[in-house]
Amino acid sequence: MRNVWTIASREYRHYFATPIAYVVALLILATVGILFVLILWSTNQQAMYGATPPEVGAIVSPMAFLFLFAAPALTMRLLADEQRTGTMELLLTAPVRDWELVVGKWLGSFLFLLTIIGVTLIFPLVLNRMVTPGIDQGILITSYLGIILVAASFLAIGTAFSSFFSNQVSAFIATLVALVFFWWIVGWPAQVMPIGGEIFTYLELSSRFYNNFLGGILHLSDVVYYLSITALGLFLGTIAVEMRRWR
Amino acid sequence: MIIANGLTKDYGSRRAIENLRFEARQGEVVGFLGPNGAGKTTTMRILTGYMPPTYGKATVAGYDIVADSLEVRKRVGYLPETVPLYPDMTVFEYLKFMADLRHLPNAEDMVDEALEKVGMEERAEGYISNLSKGMKQRIGLAQALLHKPEVLILDEPTIGLDPAQVVEVRNIIREVGKERTVLLSTHILSEAQQLCDRVLIINKGRIVVEDTPENLQSRLVGGERAILRVRGESDELVPKLKEVPGIQDVKANPDGALEFQFAPGQDPRPLVARTVIGAGYDLLELRPAGLSLEEIFLELTKDSTIS
Repeated sequence: MRNVWTIASREYRHYFATPIAYVVALLILATVGILFVLILWSTNQQAMYGATPPEVGAIVSPMAFLFLFAAPALTMRLLADEQRTGTMELLLTAPVRDWELVVGKWLGSFLFLLTIIGVTLIFPLVLNRMVTPGIDQGILITSYLGIILVAASFLAIGTAFSSFFSNQVSAFIATLVALVFFWWIVGWPAQVMPIGGEIFTYLELSSRFYNNFLGGILHLSDVVYYLSITALGLFLGTIAVEMRRWR
Repeated sequence: MIIANGLTKDYGSRRAIENLRFEARQGEVVGFLGPNGAGKTTTMRILTGYMPPTYGKATVAGYDIVADSLEVRKRVGYLPETVPLYPDMTVFEYLKFMADLRHLPNAEDMVDEALEKVGMEERAEGYISNLSKGMKQRIGLAQALLHKPEVLILDEPTIGLDPAQVVEVRNIIREVGKERTVLLSTHILSEAQQLCDRVLIINKGRIVVEDTPENLQSRLVGGERAILRVRGESDELVPKLKEVPGIQDVKANPDGALEFQFAPGQDPRPLVARTVIGAGYDLLELRPAGLSLEEIFLELTKDSTIS
């Protein structure tokens, strides 16, 4: 377990030395920040007509969309780069288990994204002061829990794709396509099928997030759902690393 | 320390190594000598636990490389041919990272010790991207030495270095080789001669011959050789030399020197010297001229026959 932490802390610190991480952080924080300001402003304009104050969802929902792009950007180099520069040979001949390597890499990226998510907490804080009697604490908690779980799943999928390729760009594109597909596109059949579309809704990563977490509903099954996606991604990544040895 | 038994590795349909059988005992420095593509790196990758063999077994430090891969990796220090490093880390950060991965207590002290052994203490705070190739190689060596492993496996440790750096790295290897088992690969023959107690010549995935560098010479030639140079014409000297006891053969080289061959263990050079002087010639040069390992190597890898 200690190896997981060693690798994770190295990756976490390494992000702060790479331009991509700063670009991702900037994009997320700037976009969410600008949207937040715009929403506040427009609500303010409408206040006299009795507009409802914005909720935490207005902050968290764009974050989920941005993560579709941020996660591939953050994970693309995690394992692909090690393969390309040859340092994978160092890691695989060190007394480190394959799963420790993959989980460590994922954890590093997760902690980085968690840091960004943490910074966005300033927005609900501001919102809380501007809205009387204050924002709904329950929705705040479940929304942030939801976005954290979504981040974990996205990054696990990204880590898995990074382990499949030695080319970062391929990893990025594959992850992006996979995320967009499972976040959104896979749910389309459910909308046109009168019955039997539940399987697609089940596979759609976003449905639980929007319907439940953002609405203040916390189901253990939803938490398990996202944790399972995370575990699946990490499992596939481990298999891919193991397979590299056998080639 | 290293026992390989029938190691075979196939990459798809290509057989990289076949039925390799060899040993490296404790405290020995064993050299893998072979042309590019012979299978040296493949063998080393198998022994370090990077990949499993297709057939065959091996044990390193008493542990099976497949069944107890983690235990093997704990006891082996490995320097891959590409000397992979993280350019964005400082030397100290990188070595500390590797030390942490190996769960070394007093990681910082171990890092300092390793840096001292390779003579890089002053560059500890610098970024790896700023190091020259020779320095990177030494850092790679430091990484292999960090945990004071029983076995060192070095893949072409002096490749690409300039002559001064080569000497430095060889000295380090020599120093370290006194206490540990070292398996190194090279296609520089003089290096094998200088550093190794035993040499395994590999070609096309098979071991062609295995012996000490000195024995290899006599085995191939059937004896030892020496070069004699005298002032002036030396043709008349040839019959006289053939009579010296122990001399097997004398021939004239195109460059004017005389080359004679003698049975190993009977050094006729003093007698030769006296014969030359006694015959009235000026003795300019008398030196041993074994078949260089290069010639042995080319000979052996030409047709892969065991001598």
